[in-house]
Amino acid sequence: MAAGTRDVRTQDGQPNGPPGLGLIKGLLVTLKHLMRRSVTQQYPEEQPDLPPRTRGVIALKEANCTVCYKCSRECPDWCIYIDAHKETHEPASGGRARSVKVLDRFAIDYALCMYCGICVEVCPFDALFWSPEFEYSEYDILKLTHEKEKLEEWTYKVLPPPPLEVGAEPPEEPAPVAVPTAPAASPAPVATAAAPEAAPAEAPAATPARERPPEVELDQETHDRVLAEELAKGTDRRVAEGKARRAAMIEARKKAGGG
Amino acid sequence: MIGAVVAKAGVSFVNDLFNGFWAVLLIKAGLVLIVFLSAPMVVGYMEHKVLAHMQSRLGPMYAGRFHGWAQLIADGVKFVQKEDVIPSAADRWVFALAPAVAMIPYILLFAVIPFGDNLFAENLDVGIFYVLAASSISVIGVLMAGWASANKFSLIGALRAAAQLIAYELPLILAAAAVVMQAGTLSLIGIAQAQHHMWYVFPQIVGFGIFMVSSLAELTRPPFDMPIADSEIIFGAYTEYTGLRFAFFLLAEYGGIVALSAIASVLFLGGYQPIPGLSFIPGFIWMSGKIGALSFFIIWLRATYPRLREDQLQRFSWTVLIPLALVDIMLTAYFKVAF
Repeated sequence: MAAGTRDVRTQDGQPNGPPGLGLIKGLLVTLKHLMRRSVTQQYPEEQPDLPPRTRGVIALKEANCTVCYKCSRECPDWCIYIDAHKETHEPASGGRARSVKVLDRFAIDYALCMYCGICVEVCPFDALFWSPEFEYSEYDILKLTHEKEKLEEWTYKVLPPPPLEVGAEPPEEPAPVAVPTAPAASPAPVATAAAPEAAPAEAPAATPARERPPEVELDQETHDRVLAEELAKGTDRRVAEGKARRAAMIEARKKAGGG
Repeated sequence: MIGAVVAKAGVSFVNDLFNGFWAVLLIKAGLVLIVFLSAPMVVGYMEHKVLAHMQSRLGPMYAGRFHGWAQLIADGVKFVQKEDVIPSAADRWVFALAPAVAMIPYILLFAVIPFGDNLFAENLDVGIFYVLAASSISVIGVLMAGWASANKFSLIGALRAAAQLIAYELPLILAAAAVVMQAGTLSLIGIAQAQHHMWYVFPQIVGFGIFMVSSLAELTRPPFDMPIADSEIIFGAYTEYTGLRFAFFLLAEYGGIVALSAIASVLFLGGYQPIPGLSFIPGFIWMSGKIGALSFFIIWLRATYPRLREDQLQRFSWTVLIPLALVDIMLTAYFKVAF
């Protein structure tokens, strides 16, 4: 209203129309939200619907841990405590003795942790995972230091990652299957091969054999049809466009696959 | 003609039922106080819920078990329990008096709001003049609060409130004056009865807009809440207030919403007059409904619009509202004389 003679344009580059139209549009937006159901989840009565990658608690898959100390060194809060000792094993087949680090203690002090997730990021052998579990507050601050047994229990609460969106690039895998040499002979593939079965989080990505979908153009006809349908239903424009693009992609793939 | 109707109907029901001077006075004062203490509660609860749902939230859900209906009662209990802090540098007497000065004018307004032909506390012949005069006193309480708090934010807020009142009082009075000219009476009951055939919102649509915008500014409600702009000056003049004194300021704000919605209903929406054909619904329900609708509108605006900057706010009043109101008065006078 105080804009004066300035030429105010909307995001589409269209002129604003009659003055005051924006004010009315604003009122309609709030009115629309008043009519809708509210999105509040009333937590203690109702469990929140958390996405699988929520940073709730960090779980430790002990079998995957090689005691490399990367997590504890990268931790900005120094809240990860690791104790380990070395053991030497004489291989049954003879040869020099091999030394192995054995984990004695792995603890995360959640009173210090700031949930940055760097430890999960740096872990080279997929031993650390995020779980959406968050109800572990305590009256005694010392109890917030979770030892490795408790951290192991959290792995049961780790959710598989959400499926990729339609049309998304498949994740770039180091692809051990692409190497035709005998996999069991060299130690490196053993480690990577162990990872998928140990980590439930890796489940969908563990099928690297999945073919990359063919590059296709969107099916314009389907796109326009679905968009019109959704808009007629009164769906939000952004959502409708997403649905239309999804339908068009599926249709285009079908055509490309069939023909 | 209108004068005759007022003389017949304009007697408060309390005067009919009782005849001792003191009995009548005490009962009227008691009833006004009850309405003043309960109506803002309803509007306050409505604000909690409407604002929440407009933001896709639920708002209070626990107090009183059913959808948080008792939230404001719980708030009141909480305010009573709070420590009454007075800053050491504050001007103690002025600081302590300010909430009352801000609140009492709105109680006084409730005395003249008509809910029916006989359903009111007092029928003043100068009703609308009294209403506009009393509602302006409230800002003195805000100024007192801001000055006595010995706090920069409070002072800035108080001075903004004063500047805003000066800017928006004028269009408010001019818009009301146009209605008074059309009705030919200053009495609120007279104005309500003059709208028996047509609500003044139709001929006075411009005046209605000016009156509502100016009322918002008068109440320092968003989008005209520069005096309490919480993101820049904390809570303006009320920054240093705690407990019951703070509650009085809140009560003044919500009481003000009810009072000014009521005045706007009387001036423009026919007061307790029903929509033709629906006259079996009693007048006080019409009046309460209209007050509720306008209060809802005020809350709706709060949820929708961002705050105006101080210069925009002043410019809007002096360069848009006041000229518009003057033109409105001229046109009203022209039509009144010509037809």
